[in-house]
Amino acid sequence: MIEYLLSAEFYQILLFYVYSAVLIASALAVVTMRNSIYSALFLILCFFSAAALWMLLEAEFLALTLVLVYVGAVMVLFLFVIMMLDIKIKPKSGLSNYTKVGLLVALLMAIEMIMLLGKKLINVVPQDDLVKHVKGHSNVKEVAENLYTQYILPFELASVILLVAIVAAILLTLRRRDDYKHVNPENQVHVKAKDRMRIVKMKSEKGNYIGGDES
Amino acid sequence: MSLIHYLVLAGVLFVISIAGIFINRRNVLILLMSIELMLLSVNINFIAFSSYLNDIQGQVFVFFILTVAAAEAAIGLAILVVIFRQRRSLEVDNFNELKG
Repeated sequence: MIEYLLSAEFYQILLFYVYSAVLIASALAVVTMRNSIYSALFLILCFFSAAALWMLLEAEFLALTLVLVYVGAVMVLFLFVIMMLDIKIKPKSGLSNYTKVGLLVALLMAIEMIMLLGKKLINVVPQDDLVKHVKGHSNVKEVAENLYTQYILPFELASVILLVAIVAAILLTLRRRDDYKHVNPENQVHVKAKDRMRIVKMKSEKGNYIGGDES
Repeated sequence: MSLIHYLVLAGVLFVISIAGIFINRRNVLILLMSIELMLLSVNINFIAFSSYLNDIQGQVFVFFILTVAAAEAAIGLAILVVIFRQRRSLEVDNFNELKG
């Protein structure tokens, strides 16, 4: 018994349950919190626990990507938007109709999934452990080998999608303000020397010479 | 751990986020977060099956889902900022201009 409790296998199962519990609890917190900031922070915890679970599944590259891209970029974007907008938190007003319908839909979906997983899949899917790779196996290398050979075209397309997203996000949120002093680059490029300086011919003026006493 | 563990976990997560979409009618931001959660649960399924079948293509697919989800979050938040500038509110029930 003690040997089993100290084994790597048991430790893995323990980790799975701990991370799953944190993941589900924080997911519940995300959807039930009234304050968006708390929701966003719990969503970060969600992503982090999910990344840990992916590590257990030996998908190291994606686990790191999830932390870097989601926690590092997307959630920071979320937090920025939440803090920029002046959101009024309304007091809780009991169970609305939407909540009832939502819980009904969720319950129905859960029952459907239990029917599917509980009856059929347990008999069909074998209960053996997920594949364990040998020591020295590189998940990053394996992903890269697929990504840069077989999936090179979708990879390029993904970069185009990101570019389109950048342009769309900037264009949507860009606004021209009247009180904003700015330089038009087109006019700036097309400017000629004569537009800048004008030489005026005129007679020299005779005026009083001020300064010194050498007259 | 077997595949079933991960499938059940992803199912629970998916159901929670579906409920979240219905519950949070007051705040589009949390709605967007629920969509992110949904994508996460799908990704967990993909990776579990990829590990189970010892096939790396599932993980490559998750990579693309992550890319598209990031783009979707960026555009969604941009639209949300524009809506907030016009309406001064994030309640879903106020966005009814397209009602036929």
